[in-house]
Order: sequence, then structure tokens, then C-alpha cells
Amino acid sequence: MKSWIRRCSPYIAPLGLFLFFGLAWHLVVQWFDIPKIILPSPLSVLNALWVERWILLRASWVTLQAASAGLLCSAVLGSLIAVLFSQSAALRIALYPYVIFLQTVPIVAIAPLLIIWSGYNFRTIVLVAVIISIFPVISNVTSGLLSVNENLRDLFRMQSATRWQMLIKLRIPAAVSQLILGLRISSGLSVIGAIVAEFFVGNSGEYDGLGTIMTARQAQLKTAELMAALMACTALGIVLFALVNLMGATVLRRWTRTTGFESEK
Amino acid sequence: MGISLPTENDRANESAAAFISCSNVVLDFQSRGVSQRVLSDLSLRVLSGQIVSLLGPSGCGKSTLLRVIAGLIDADSGRIEIRGQPISKTMPNATRDEISFVFQEPALLPWRTVWHNVMLPLEIRGLSKLKEKRDTIEHLLQVVGFKSSDWHKLPSQLSGGMKMRASIARAMSTNPKILLLDEPFAALDDMLRSKLNDLLLAISKEQKCTMLFVTHNIAEAIYLSDEIAVMSHGRIAECLKVPIPFPRESKMRSSNEFAAYFGVVSESLSRCHS
Repeated sequence: MKSWIRRCSPYIAPLGLFLFFGLAWHLVVQWFDIPKIILPSPLSVLNALWVERWILLRASWVTLQAASAGLLCSAVLGSLIAVLFSQSAALRIALYPYVIFLQTVPIVAIAPLLIIWSGYNFRTIVLVAVIISIFPVISNVTSGLLSVNENLRDLFRMQSATRWQMLIKLRIPAAVSQLILGLRISSGLSVIGAIVAEFFVGNSGEYDGLGTIMTARQAQLKTAELMAALMACTALGIVLFALVNLMGATVLRRWTRTTGFESEK
Repeated sequence: MGISLPTENDRANESAAAFISCSNVVLDFQSRGVSQRVLSDLSLRVLSGQIVSLLGPSGCGKSTLLRVIAGLIDADSGRIEIRGQPISKTMPNATRDEISFVFQEPALLPWRTVWHNVMLPLEIRGLSKLKEKRDTIEHLLQVVGFKSSDWHKLPSQLSGGMKMRASIARAMSTNPKILLLDEPFAALDDMLRSKLNDLLLAISKEQKCTMLFVTHNIAEAIYLSDEIAVMSHGRIAECLKVPIPFPRESKMRSSNEFAAYFGVVSESLSRCHS
């Protein structure tokens, strides 16, 4: 019994806070008689969540596909770019400002442009997700490839190893943990990218993601349903993050039998 | 490729001349526009099959000298020769293949098993497929004290001492004629340190390998070496011949002779740094 309490204790405080917040929200809405369009009560949000559950689940699935496709492209493309960067300082110096540009570009501002170029479709959503989520991969993997322990580098140099051997046998395996670290950050970003892109793709009838649902509910002034969709977005972000974390931990455990990121000192 | 074992005849011819010779080596490090002399007019001769310890305080250039001899850093002037062949970073030659390095930390690749870590130098040289090489590795792993059940463990599953043993086995895998060791046992406790000292002596005897050993530890330097080179301010201040006979055994550490010589060496050290 005691151990059961101890096991659950980390969840009790956050759960209690959640209930307290929900109750406060409910009471505020009741006492001040706030209109439903401005702030629906938590119960009506839960109700909307239940009523729209199939729509939201389908939309979440669509958005999850777009976000994970974007994340996958970021992982592959970002790693390739990082390998190029690690091999040529000239390339790195020439291109790095543009990579930072990718990070700083207001995605909300270029999404309409991308729609013009790529159309109201899945591809555009993935494209936006890639643009917003590729930077952490490039930057983490590049630093992983370049910051290899000096003794290990000397070990290879003592054997007169070629550049290629150094890359394949040392730099790339050493950068695996950095790639996973980058993907953890990118997973959240790719969901944001997909949803923002869906705002713009809108109700074209060809595509139905969470972002599309949200713009539709906003136009209909269905605030409770909008908030339910918002909850689905959050859940989706958590799901993708957890998925990447789980995969990362599994890979690292098989890689070095360590779960953390302390493999290089 | 100079990785095959030389015949006894070759050995006899070589042993007369210096195996490693450094003459008038000068090296400056630049940092923020300020030049600092790390090695100043350093000369050192090591005979074939000898174990020579470099003893001195931190920052006197011991590790740097080792890296220069390994051909990882180029000296500004002076000559480094291994058996009369010049060594340099910019002009690597076959002679460098005869040198192995044991680092201060085990420096194992964390994603490779012990076996594959030890195999790595041969793999880079394209020799890992040879049956005889695989036999060599098996033998080496046994010599350094690995049970065959531990061959396929990853470094994270090993203790600090076992990691160091794997690191030594890796250094020996190419059958080097020269082993350079940069304070390899600094992080280990005394028990382990003396065990690994005995291991080094056994390896040097079995593989007839010339060793240059950097350490802070006077007792370790005496126990291992034919000669102790006391370093100070980038040069060899004194070369002391260790009068204790080979083969060395652990019980010699507590002999009066050992204690007396300990006094001689520590006096020399303090003389150099006063």
C-alpha cells in the first residue's frame, strides 16, 4: 500500500493542480456569466471533445502523418547537410548564415508563399514542417560530427586513417546521440509547422488536419470545439515527442548500453 | 608495412644504436598572439627494448614531447628519429605505423565492443580479415586479462581498470615497436595501478617493445623503467639509470634499495624545480 502511494506521489500534485484549475475555471465562467463564445466552461469543452472525437482523431492522424513525414525528411536531409558541413569548412562558413535564416524565418509569413508554389496539399504541409524543424538537426549533428574527442581523433590519425574512414568509423557513430537530441527538439517543431501550414491550406476540401478543423471552428465561432481541437494538438505534440524519445532511448541503449547522452566525455 | 615482428638478428643490430632519438627539439605554442616555449632544445635517446619514464610536474612538456614523437605535432626545429627514420606530422611514413599510443583516458569507442575496439587499428589498415591477426587479438586479450566472455561487452559495461586493459590491448594490436604512454594509470587506484604496471612489464618482455612512459608517480617510474628522464621547463634536466635489477617483482617495492632510490629521484625532481 505504502509503495503504491510512493509510486503515484509524483502524479498527485500535478493532477490536483489540474483539478483545482478546472474547478476555478468552471466557477469563474458561472459566477461572471461569461458568454459561451468567449470562454466555454471546461465541461462543455469536454463535451465537445467527446462529440467531435472521431473528427478529431481522424484529423490528428492526418496531421501526425504530415508532422512525422516532415520530421523524417528533416532527420535525413539535416544529417546529410551536417555531413557536408563537417567535411568542408568553406561550405560551412558559406552556408551557415542561410541555415540560421531557416531558423529565424517567420514561418507564418512564408506559408502563403509556399502554398502558391506547392498547392493546397499534403506536400505543402510537409514542406513547412521540414523548414521549421530542420535547424536543430543540422546544428546538433554538425556539432556532434565536429566535436569528436581529441584522443579518438589522434587514435585514427596514428593509423594514418583516411578522411572517409574517420567519417564512417568515428564521426558519424559519435554523432548519433546528438542526432537523437536534435530530433527531440525537432519533433515539437514539426507538429507546430504542420498545424500552422494547415491554417493556411484551410478548408480546401482536399485536406483535413487539426489546423484545418481549428480555422473552421473559429469561423463558426464554436469556441468549445476550437478548444477541444487545441487539446488534440497538444496531445499530438506529446505523442510525437514521446515516440521520438522512446525510439531514441532504444537506439542509444543498443548503441552504447547507456540511455543518457553522456557517452562522450 | 613494418608491422611484422623483426627477427632476432634485426633486434641485435638495432639495439646498439638509439631507437628513439630526439635532438635539439624546439616547440612553441601560440595562444592569443603570445608565444610560449613548450619544448626548448630537448634531446633524448632511448635504446631498443628499454622502458624510459618521463617524470616531471604538470606543464613541463611531457605529454607534448610524446605527441611530437608520435608524429601528431610537428616540432618547430630539431630532429626526431626512429631507427634513423625522421618522424613528422606533415610527412607521415611507414615508421609511424610502428608507434602506438596509450592515452590518459582509455579512449575506447563507446559503440564498439572490446573485441572491435581492439581490432580498430587493424581495421583501419585493412588487415582485420586476416586469420593470423584475429589470433593475435585473441592472444592479446588473454594477455591483458580478458575472459572470452567479456570480449563482446561494450565499454560502458566495463570497470575503469578493464577499460584501460582494453586500451593497452588495442595499442598492442598492430604489433608496435614503440609504445608511448601518456599517464595511462593516473585515474586508477594504487592496487590497480601496480597490477597494470606488472602487465606492462610482462608485455614489454613478451613483445620486446620499447616504451616511453609519462607519469607523475615516482614509485611507478622507478618500478617500470630502465631509465628515468626528469623533465623541467621543456627540456630533459637529468637522466637517471635505475639500479634495480630486472625482472621486477612487486615485493621489490618495499625493499630498502627501492626506498633509497625513491629518495634519489625525488631529490632530483625538487632540484630541477627549485
